[in-house]
Formats: sequence, structure tokens, C-alpha cells
Amino acid sequence: MEPFWAVIVGVLFAAAVYMLLRRHLAKLAIGLILLSNAANLLILSAPGLVRGRPDFVPEGAQVLGPGHADPLPQALILTAIVIGFGVLAFFLALMRRVFLEVSDLDVEMLKE
Amino acid sequence: MNPHLVLPLIIPLATAMILFVTGRRGNRAAVIGLIGFAGLFGAGVSLLIRVASSGIMATGPGNWSAPYGITLVADNLSALMVAITGLMGLMVFIYSLYGEMRGNDDGGFYALFHVLLMGVCGAFLAGDIFNLYVWFEVMLIASFVLLARGRSRLEMIASVKYVVMNLVSSGIFLIGIGLLYAKVGSLNMADIAVKLSESEADARLVLSTGMLFLVAFGIKAAVFPLYFWLPSSYHAPPLAVSAIFSALLTKVGVYSLIRTFTLIFNQDQAFSSRLLLVIAGLTMVMGGLGAIAQTDIRRILSFHIISQIGYMIMGLALMTPLGIAGAMLHMVHNIIVKTNLFLISGIIAHHGRGAYRIEQLGGLYRHKPLLALLFLVPAFSLAGFPPLSGFFTKYLLIQAGLETRSWLISGIALAVAMLTLVSMTKIWNHAFWKRAPETFEPMKTPVRLWLPAATLASLSVSIGLAAEPIFEFGRQTAGQLLEPEGYIEAVLGGR
Repeated sequence: MEPFWAVIVGVLFAAAVYMLLRRHLAKLAIGLILLSNAANLLILSAPGLVRGRPDFVPEGAQVLGPGHADPLPQALILTAIVIGFGVLAFFLALMRRVFLEVSDLDVEMLKE
Repeated sequence: MNPHLVLPLIIPLATAMILFVTGRRGNRAAVIGLIGFAGLFGAGVSLLIRVASSGIMATGPGNWSAPYGITLVADNLSALMVAITGLMGLMVFIYSLYGEMRGNDDGGFYALFHVLLMGVCGAFLAGDIFNLYVWFEVMLIASFVLLARGRSRLEMIASVKYVVMNLVSSGIFLIGIGLLYAKVGSLNMADIAVKLSESEADARLVLSTGMLFLVAFGIKAAVFPLYFWLPSSYHAPPLAVSAIFSALLTKVGVYSLIRTFTLIFNQDQAFSSRLLLVIAGLTMVMGGLGAIAQTDIRRILSFHIISQIGYMIMGLALMTPLGIAGAMLHMVHNIIVKTNLFLISGIIAHHGRGAYRIEQLGGLYRHKPLLALLFLVPAFSLAGFPPLSGFFTKYLLIQAGLETRSWLISGIALAVAMLTLVSMTKIWNHAFWKRAPETFEPMKTPVRLWLPAATLASLSVSIGLAAEPIFEFGRQTAGQLLEPEGYIEAVLGGR
């Protein structure tokens, strides 16, 4: 499983960097979205993916045995998704205001 | 649960919420905001006194024991930074009571200011690497809104650059956290340190993740070659916002570098130290040279933030007790002095009818001699003149460089001090010595503007005069950072 996801994450990062280097602010926003999604997928897959073994502590045992899914990365991603969503919403609002103020979304306008 | 560790987070949060509910502007909001910052400063100082007298403190706000729940930790460095954050909040807040300095009011300036400082204090107190990320985001979102509040073209352009760079930095930070968790299986920084010191893994494997943290924090701290966003965004917002940004935001990056590279990524010190030394030297030189080329006072000061960050990284790179102590004390000195210079640049622009370009200013030495004196104290302190605070902290750093036979970096540090002096002379020649422009009309400086500036200037003088006890505190802190057993025991042992 991991090699597959590693490739996916790698492709996502490549696409994110490519989009971040484009000249239009909307494409930049897409790059940021891809970047945060790639980071989230990386957190999910890097600590090891386990299928079909939910982390229930078996009866009579005190701790979870080995080989179960780790719930912590999923909790981290949940937080990271929420934060990433909020920040991207802010970026889109900023983009709108830039458009209203400068009436151009090409990165050329960032020169002063 | 230890209230001293939680109060620096609760007070700004509560104040911000009260301000959002009771109305975000007007005199009542100003009074509530002032009380909030006085409380934060008080909480910071009491935390510092406690930590200095009884050692490192740690607490779990959710009553989960250490490696599992979120931990707040205060060692000397954290406590000192929280106290200084409270002080800067109070000073810049008093300054911002003068309306011109905070821009328009409808964006909820007072409330956002408190949210920003909550994020900063949280980052200083976090004992958990993911929690550090969350506090970074709290701080960032508040700073985004503070920067983009104004509607001018300049502010919009600056915001885009600032927001994009910081989002990329957060993304890289997040990747680093994911990989570190995959390798170690823990998020608590003390626990990570224990697990890494017990493991036999190749140091390069750990450091490869460390480099992600270096890039992420390097963008926040504005080190070479990742500094370019800073001078193109810090000059845009109203002055109170520039001042608090320059005081604290880059220093959170430096703090995180010091914390992670002393506690977690200390396996291959020869490599990281060499890399950090190169970064430090280039950061100093580029910042110093950049400042000379500028003519807007705020841009000159922004480039000086960068060159001074170089000094802090130099102290960290040397990894000796003297170097770390120097880095920490230089950070404190720089927060005070740099904020002070920003505040004074606002006063200069106030007399120059809002002009920040040095060609348009002049005559202030003749008409405002006290302001000239007030400018000279932080300017000389930044350049490192005795007996001011900058002399003492630069002396420590260069002494540390000479002791480890790092001749080149010590030479660069001395040369950049000269560059600093050159660009301070430039401001002095234009704004103070040149003849006043014909439109100049002398007017009084409001108390709200000169009082915080004068307080910070006197603080810089007193740090220089009370160098002995402060140096002692710095050495104790460096001991805590370089031998993290105490930190680890406070977090994991004190359940």
C-alpha cells in the first residue's frame, strides 16, 4: 500500500509546486490547496497504513496489540484539514479584494 | 493543572472574546484591551519569576499525562519570551491608541491584536510539536487579517506575498511533523528527544526531517535565502502592526529553531552547525547590504530585522553555552530595540506628515532635539555601542565565535555591525540633520507615542548596565537548552 500512496503524494507535491510557480493568483490558490492535501495524505500514509483492523482494545487486555491502525495521524489530519480550509478561505477572500483593488490577478501586479 | 502556564493563553483569549462581544472599537474597547495586555504582562512576569526560582514547569491542560495529552512547558527561554511578549503587547498597544498608527478601526484591531499575542505565547509554551503548529496557525491567521485590514493597493500586494509564503511554510512544517511522527511515533517534544537518543538510527535519517523544519522555521524567521517576503510586506500596514510583527513574528521562528535544534535534532551537530553558520553569515550580510540600498525608513528597519536574525542563528550554530546565551539575549535585545525603532519611525513620520521616505524628511534635530536623543539610543544599541544592550549581546556572540575559532563568522558579525551603523547614519543625516522641508511645521508629540518609545529606550540602557545578572540568567538558560535532561524530566517525570 505505502509505495502506491508515496507515488500519489509525490505527484501531488509536484503538481502543487508547478501550480505555485504559475503566473495567475487563482492557479496559485490551487497550488496551495494541492500542497495542503498532499501534506495531509503524507501524514496518513507515512506512519503506515493498515486495512480492516480498527483499533479496539481486545477484552481483558490493557493496551492495543501491534498491527492495528494508528488513530493519531487521522486526528492530526482532521485538525490540519480544518486549519487548511480556514486559511484557504481567507486566501480566496483576499484574492477577491485584490481583484477589486488592482483589477488584475497576474503576479506581475505584485511588482511595486 | 498549573494556572501560571495557562494564564498567558487565557488572558488574551478572554480579552479578545470580550472585545468581540462588547464592541470592537471606541474608548471602552481601548480600556478593555489595555487591561488585557497589562494582565498578560503581569502573568508573563510572574511566570518568569517562578520559573527562574523553581525551575522548569510543565502542565497538561486536559489532565492527560505527558506523552499522550497536550503539554505546556515553560523553561527559562519560554518564560522570558512570554514576559517580553506581554511587554511588547502593552507598549505597542499604548502606541496604537493614537488612531493614525493603527489604521481604520472596523477590522477589529484591538481584538485581533490579542488573538495574535495569544498565538505567540502559545507557540512559546507548546511542549508538543503539533500543538506548536496549531499555535503558529493561530498567530498567522491573526497576522493575515491585521495585514490585509487596510484596503490600499500597497497593503493588498504585501498581504498576497506574506500569506502565500507563510502558507507554503506551514505546509512544509506539516510535512515535517508527519515524517517525524512516522519515524518516532510521538508528538511530545520531550518524548521525541528521549526516543531519538535511545535509538541507533542513522543521524542523517533524522536530520533529513530536521531540514524540513529548518526550511519551515527559516521562512518564518526570514533567514537567507528565504527572507525576501519580509521587506516586501512589513512596510505596508499601519505602524503599530509593523511594529508588533517585527517584534515577535520572526522571533517565534528563531525560538522554534533553537528549541528543535537543541532538543530534537541534536544528533549530527557538526553538520547542522556548519549549515547554520553559513546561513547565519549570509543572512547577516544580505540584511545589512539590503538596508543600505533602501530609502524608506520602514524598509531599512525591515532589512535590519533580517541581519539581526543572522546574529541569533550564529549563536545557535555555535552550539556552545556562550553562543546559545548570546543568541537568546540578542533576541531579547533585538525585540526591544527593533520595536523601539519602528515606534520612533512612526513618530518621525508623524512629524513629516506621514512621509517615510528619508528624502522627504528633515530638520528634526533642530526642532525636536529630544526625539533625536530618543532615536540615538536604539540606533546605537542596534549597531552595538557600549554601554547599550546591543554591545553586550554582540560581545557575547563574537566572544563565543572566537572561542570556537570560527574566525570568519566573527569577522562577518563585526563587519555587519558597521553596515548597521552606516544605514542608521543615513536615517540620521536625512531625517534629523538635513534642513527641514518647507512645509514643516513643528508640533507636539502625543504622550501615547513617546511614552512607549521612551520606556523601551530606557530598558535598552538598563539591560546594558545590568549586564551581569542578565548574563547569569542567559548562561543558566543555555545550560537548560544544551542539556535537555531537566526539560525532559519536567515534562515526562512530573506527572
